[in-house]
Amino acid sequence: MTTLARRDLLGAAGAAAAAAALPGRSARAQAQTTIRLGVLTDMSGPYRDTTGPGSVVCTQQAAAEFRNRGFNIEVISADHQNKPDVGANIARQWYDQGVDAIVDVPTSSVALAIAGIAREKNKVFLNSGAATSDLTGAQCSPNTVHWTYDTYMLAKGTGGAITRTGGDSWFFITADYAFGHALERDTANFVRQAGGRVVGAVRYPFPQTTDFSAFVVQAQASRAKVLGMANASTDTVNTIKAAREFGLHRTMKFAALLMGVIDIHALGLEQGQGLLLTESFYWDLNDRTRAFSARIRPNNQNRPPAMVPAGCYGATLHYLKAVADLGAERAKASGLETVQRMKAMPTDDDAFGPGRIREDGRKLHPAYLFQVKTPAESSGTWDYYKLVATTPGDEAFRPLAEGGCAFLRS
Amino acid sequence: MMEFIESLTGVPTPLLFGQLLLGLINGAFYAMLSLGLAVIFGLLNIVNLAHGALFMMGAFVAWMLLNYLGLGYWWALLLAPIIVGAFGVVLEKLFISPLYKLDHLYGLLLTFGLALVIEGVFRNYYGSSGLPYRIPDELQGAWDLGFMFMPVYRGWVVIAALVFCLATWLVIEKTRLGAYLRAATENAALVQAFGVNVPRMVTLTYGGGVALAALAGVLAAPIYSVNPQMGTNLIIVVFAVVVIGGMGSILGSVVTGFTLGVVEGLTKVYWPEASATVIFVIMAIVLLARPAGLFGRA
Repeated sequence: MTTLARRDLLGAAGAAAAAAALPGRSARAQAQTTIRLGVLTDMSGPYRDTTGPGSVVCTQQAAAEFRNRGFNIEVISADHQNKPDVGANIARQWYDQGVDAIVDVPTSSVALAIAGIAREKNKVFLNSGAATSDLTGAQCSPNTVHWTYDTYMLAKGTGGAITRTGGDSWFFITADYAFGHALERDTANFVRQAGGRVVGAVRYPFPQTTDFSAFVVQAQASRAKVLGMANASTDTVNTIKAAREFGLHRTMKFAALLMGVIDIHALGLEQGQGLLLTESFYWDLNDRTRAFSARIRPNNQNRPPAMVPAGCYGATLHYLKAVADLGAERAKASGLETVQRMKAMPTDDDAFGPGRIREDGRKLHPAYLFQVKTPAESSGTWDYYKLVATTPGDEAFRPLAEGGCAFLRS
Repeated sequence: MMEFIESLTGVPTPLLFGQLLLGLINGAFYAMLSLGLAVIFGLLNIVNLAHGALFMMGAFVAWMLLNYLGLGYWWALLLAPIIVGAFGVVLEKLFISPLYKLDHLYGLLLTFGLALVIEGVFRNYYGSSGLPYRIPDELQGAWDLGFMFMPVYRGWVVIAALVFCLATWLVIEKTRLGAYLRAATENAALVQAFGVNVPRMVTLTYGGGVALAALAGVLAAPIYSVNPQMGTNLIIVVFAVVVIGGMGSILGSVVTGFTLGVVEGLTKVYWPEASATVIFVIMAIVLLARPAGLFGRA
């Protein structure tokens, strides 16, 4: 995939040279600076459907809506295969070859690696896909904006809501790696704060586990009231399938801590109905999100955008506004200055509405608690959620003082 | 008695029995997949790394039959193995047959490549997040066994897998066709000299092994997410099962499949983090002590 990215870049460079050679266009082509955006995402692995091509489409949409502001915009993409080394290599190459901002980057381990590179090279990192709240906490960077969601938001939204409605004893089924541990830790904190307790947890090998029945039966034997699933994508789907098969839905509440509209589509409403989950974007939330989704659908296999791709749109659009405000030349020269300008400007886009970016790089917008509809309530494919509660942006995310972000103190 | 077991194991007896049963169910999948691998390796000398992808195809064909043609689970159980088996026959004719004279490594690399291509094609058209497939109405519900809650469908999987494994074993060990197969494994040239069409038999054996994988895929479709990666995790474990049982040994693969399912199930109680590793530890020990496998002939 690295070679593909290089070819794209060379092709773009060639095209620019060719444009410059054409008489009559040369003056304008030379006058305009090109801002280059690289969407680095999962194109072939388990997160492909929730990020991947959808993220590229949404980034391109933001670029298309921001045409003719005195600079050119170019969007390229590559597959990081969920491997930190592969992702880091592509990021270095891109930044060295004139990419100004890297967008998306799901998979927390890859995202943390790239945050370091962006800072080292004074470029911009617009993260939408990664979950770890460390991106704006222990490992924060003045060159990073963490746009869409994080483990704290998920834990507080879903974990908090379920504990408040009487789910005061929890059993966790956790993916045995950094992300799963972080999500379990953050959720367990909320459970304890609300007076609940964690009666047990089982950590399963990731990604080699397909069958969750053994863990589900252990959860059942624990007599906890809530089954906390600190995992993602097909693992969550397989856990829920097994839990329903073994009748856990009769005695326990399910807390799928990271679950999105694509996962509900994969699970089916019959098995997914009644689940509570937290997202910061849903296509059918209001008139603005519906209008945005209508613009995306034709390029997205007629699917509405999921949360992470919508975040790529919002982050890119706001970045481009900051670039226009700052001047493209200055924006290219300093990623740090561009991110500072992004933080100084209030945000507003169709996907997330008005909001702002906090000093530590955390984007603040409301978090929505949804309940999955029953098959009877749903009017058809993609009509999956009803809104239960809205947490305002200032309360949805971890307070600035608790994050321990180092560059704010210096 | 219950108290004695409990004091011995440190785990409540009902939970232990439950986990043993669940291990047996997973073992059923291991047994069916390793059986197909063993048959293919025994006769073709091909280490079929595409087996996981073909298992996945079985599940996808079941989904397609339901969503495009309206044919339910029972039809899928019949048709998916035939369709995927036919695909296997084409694969064998086009790609695998030229490799018989070469080293094992070529077959291994080729089938690995085929697996990547098949998975890539499905990922491109159906995405990576999976498709829903519901348990057929006849097999919905659960039995209360006293010590655990047993879904009817999981019980059906164990029974079906046992029947299919036994049938395959009977065909190979007790019928004339099976005798030809076993003879061709020993000395293909001699069997051909007796007027048996060995190349056709080899092709059909590959198709048969693939059909078994597809059958396991259909059985898996209602309990696991139907997605392009579903075979990848399973196939590595299944290879370990085949190696432990003895490459090419039919009885070995079935017995080892069920046994290792149970061992894995117990590991999930005592040390869940190691449940993916335990099978490979056993594999290493077996390879050191009996390089031909538990049931293999040196």
